[in-house]
Amino acid sequence: MPLIELSDVGKTYRSMRGASYQALKDFNLQIEPGEFLCLLGTSGCGKTTVLNMVAGFEKHTEGRITVHDRPLSGPAADRGVVFQGDDSLYPWLSALGNIEFGLRMAGIPRKERHERAHYYLELVGLKGQGHKHPAELSGGMKQRIQIARVLANEPEILLMDEPFGALDAQTRSVMQKELLSIWAATRKTVLFITHDIDEAVTLATRIGVMHAGPASKLKATIDVDLTTEQRDRTNDGYVTVYRQVHALLRDEVAIAMKRASS
Amino acid sequence: MNNRLDVLYRIGGYICGFALLFAIWHIAAVYFVRSILFPPPGRVILKAIELLQDGTLQEQVAVSLRRIMTGFAGGAAIGIPLGLAIGSFRPVRYLLEPFTEFFRFIPATAMITVAVIWFGIGEGSKIFLIIYTTVFIVTLNTAAGVGAISPNKIRAARSMGASTRQLFLYVALPATAPHILTGMRLAMGNSFVTIVAAELIAANAGLGKMIWDARLYMLVDQIFVALLTLGLLGFTADRLFRWGIYAFAGRFSPTA
Repeated sequence: MPLIELSDVGKTYRSMRGASYQALKDFNLQIEPGEFLCLLGTSGCGKTTVLNMVAGFEKHTEGRITVHDRPLSGPAADRGVVFQGDDSLYPWLSALGNIEFGLRMAGIPRKERHERAHYYLELVGLKGQGHKHPAELSGGMKQRIQIARVLANEPEILLMDEPFGALDAQTRSVMQKELLSIWAATRKTVLFITHDIDEAVTLATRIGVMHAGPASKLKATIDVDLTTEQRDRTNDGYVTVYRQVHALLRDEVAIAMKRASS
Repeated sequence: MNNRLDVLYRIGGYICGFALLFAIWHIAAVYFVRSILFPPPGRVILKAIELLQDGTLQEQVAVSLRRIMTGFAGGAAIGIPLGLAIGSFRPVRYLLEPFTEFFRFIPATAMITVAVIWFGIGEGSKIFLIIYTTVFIVTLNTAAGVGAISPNKIRAARSMGASTRQLFLYVALPATAPHILTGMRLAMGNSFVTIVAAELIAANAGLGKMIWDARLYMLVDQIFVALLTLGLLGFTADRLFRWGIYAFAGRFSPTA
């Protein structure tokens, strides 16, 4: 049984003037427990909308979204979210204070909270930096704190919205490797949004490619059966998957560009 | 080390700046204006010492400061929850915006006459006016602060399991605190303006009253003592607030 299930989901935005925009239509996707699913699409295709709906931030207007076969009712601690920018961190709290936030909300005793926060701080490679405030940390470090903060809360599902999109190429590649090893250690179910094919092939166990918007839906999914060693740009297996995804996405990019210019 | 050097520079700058101000004042009074109506700083300071020795100055300062503090605390105590409510709940905003948008264009000085008619020339009218001048600035800044919280901060807290009460206490309140303090700092400046105006027009004591009484007997030195005191008090109050904002926000925001 899938852990997350989206059946015939649609999302229509209505503006104040009464104009409406249909972002998604008949969107179907099942995510199995332990899967690392990358949702890939051109900009404006509605992939972030999918994540926001699964997170419970936005309500779908048609269809059904279930987690454990239960319909969603808003955001909850079972679905942790890592955002693209750093504006979700709390600048008045230290790195540790940020990581502890969810545990504090759950009323977990101080000592246990500290222990867990320190464990995840170390897991994301920020040992000894816990006392610093977000303003004193680099972009990559801030994303690490976001990841540690979500993991410390021990959600069943990790929702990541282009978490490395704002990082430089070097930092991004380091973060991808670390995310893979964290994922291997925790085996969370991950829904990861990206527009970068390389990122998707590096991370995913399955890649979902979306049609260009509006009224977007899933075009196809591709299983990525690669070992950690094979997840390298020069590997044949990697290149094969890359080509498959690229072929699926190429037409959508062309459509998106034509729509944008007309 | 660097930090200490910075503090030294700042204090040195202040001392030099104030010395320059007094020097210009002295030169202007002694060499250019040469009038009994514009006393040089030396005479004003001597007069200040005299008034300190017989206790008049402290007395007037205490009266004015007590009024400011009481009204300011009252105004902030009303303004902060009001601003939080306006910023958090749309119906409250629509309901209360006409009030804040209407009254903030009626300056406290315009309300002096009404205040005196209602509350007499004693403490009541002064405290009312300071509350009045404080409430709207603090409310507006607090509400703007709530509005400036990035949606992702709220969303993150929600998906970490925060309840609505926790969201308010642990996210909205600390995120808004720098805005609240800024509003209070602005209100403090306004309070000084308002108290003097109110005491000039109708009062039984206070620095404004001191200026008004001195005018009757042409005690120019005494007027200048009151002006100097106002400047110093305002400066000190503002520094304290800036320090408060910095102590709270400077740690996490390099721009504060």
